[in-house]
Amino acid sequence: MSTPANTPAEYYQRDRKQHPPAFTPTYKTSVTRSPQYSLISLEQTVGEISGPRFGHNDIDPIDNDLIKNYTHGGDPIGERIIVHGRVLDENARPVPNTLVEIWQANAGGRYRHKKDTYLAPIDPNFGGCGRTTTDENGGYFFRTVKPGAYPWRNMVNDWRPAHIHVSVFGASFSQRLITQLYFEGDPLIAKCPIVQTIPDADAIDRVTAKLDMNATIPLDTIAYRFDIVLRGRRSTMFENRLEGN
Amino acid sequence: MTKLDYLTETPSQTAGPYVHIGLAPGAAGFDIYRQELGWDIAGPNAAGERIRVEGRVMDGTGSPIKDVLLEAWQANAAGVYAHPEGGGDVEEGFRGWGRVITDFATGEWGFDTVKPGATAGRNGSVQAPHITLWIVARGINIGLNTRLYFSDETEANANDPVINTIEWERRRQTLIAQRSKEDGKVVYRFDINIQGQDETVFFDV
Repeated sequence: MSTPANTPAEYYQRDRKQHPPAFTPTYKTSVTRSPQYSLISLEQTVGEISGPRFGHNDIDPIDNDLIKNYTHGGDPIGERIIVHGRVLDENARPVPNTLVEIWQANAGGRYRHKKDTYLAPIDPNFGGCGRTTTDENGGYFFRTVKPGAYPWRNMVNDWRPAHIHVSVFGASFSQRLITQLYFEGDPLIAKCPIVQTIPDADAIDRVTAKLDMNATIPLDTIAYRFDIVLRGRRSTMFENRLEGN
Repeated sequence: MTKLDYLTETPSQTAGPYVHIGLAPGAAGFDIYRQELGWDIAGPNAAGERIRVEGRVMDGTGSPIKDVLLEAWQANAAGVYAHPEGGGDVEEGFRGWGRVITDFATGEWGFDTVKPGATAGRNGSVQAPHITLWIVARGINIGLNTRLYFSDETEANANDPVINTIEWERRRQTLIAQRSKEDGKVVYRFDINIQGQDETVFFDV
């Protein structure tokens, strides 16, 4: 049995007001997929403060380049973009060596997925997924094409804004997070029932990537910046030490 | 008033129906990576009893959800996690983390692993063997955390500090996977109910 000397330092309580509630009737699928009982609060133990780690044996350098990682003799159609940023925690410290995975539709708004039947065509040179690990400063980047908006079955005429799905691990399983990245200025953001499950306008702004002209490659690729914040952790705390941190 | 300079966690959004493209592209229908992650939880060298865990995830109408992705996180048979703060060393190749999707036709999911050992709880307590599960899908706005305990650990479960925080004894049963033997293989059945009277206990971790 594992026997750490002290109860481990916890991750800060998740601020549920910053996240969508489970039950969001305007996003219809959530109605039957939302727990109705309260979540049971769990004081963290070794299993909550630990989590999987990933290394260079797991992924390849090409994996973060969606323009090249599924090429079948050419580049995908679409606006060439860089998506980059840092993974930080709530203490504003970088989260290094953590796995970031993304997936998205192609420039026409079509996913390479056997369940997607939208009439926009599959792009033979675009898979639509990428992955990387953050550097020592928490930095990450992907090169891809900007995804297209697409219609979906919710209300009769709902359209998703252009978006990229983002999955992050952090240093512990308590920090595990999946979100979606939107693009600054997209008028569909305000109309999207999934975006609008987020109850707070400032919080929506924090899932909106910003045009970053300084990271643009002139005459080549435009850039967006998207910083990701994971839960912070207390400093190691000794029992009865009142000053805590 | 000045504010403290903490940052705020990025909001969650649903993993959506096409989560497989990013996290299990083979299931989406294409081959892109040298290796997909999360298929081998225990590795070849892990000590302990080899088990299979399987189940379905049901929605509020009692129908299986067929586009779920689950991740598992567990200790090895000695109760140690593969992590610098995991309580010690683990066998080479033991990862303790896995990723599995439900079958598009049946909603069944399952993975092979080793049965974990008891782990340290808070303040010197002992936690019964368990596997942490994290569940995402279309319609789930933020990932759901639960724990899978084992039906043959009656005494350990009765003393588990987390199970005992659940006020309703009837609800505690939703966390117990049922052991059986199929073709000589140990199988634990763990059906998850997202909603309803038999709703599985989910944790705010």
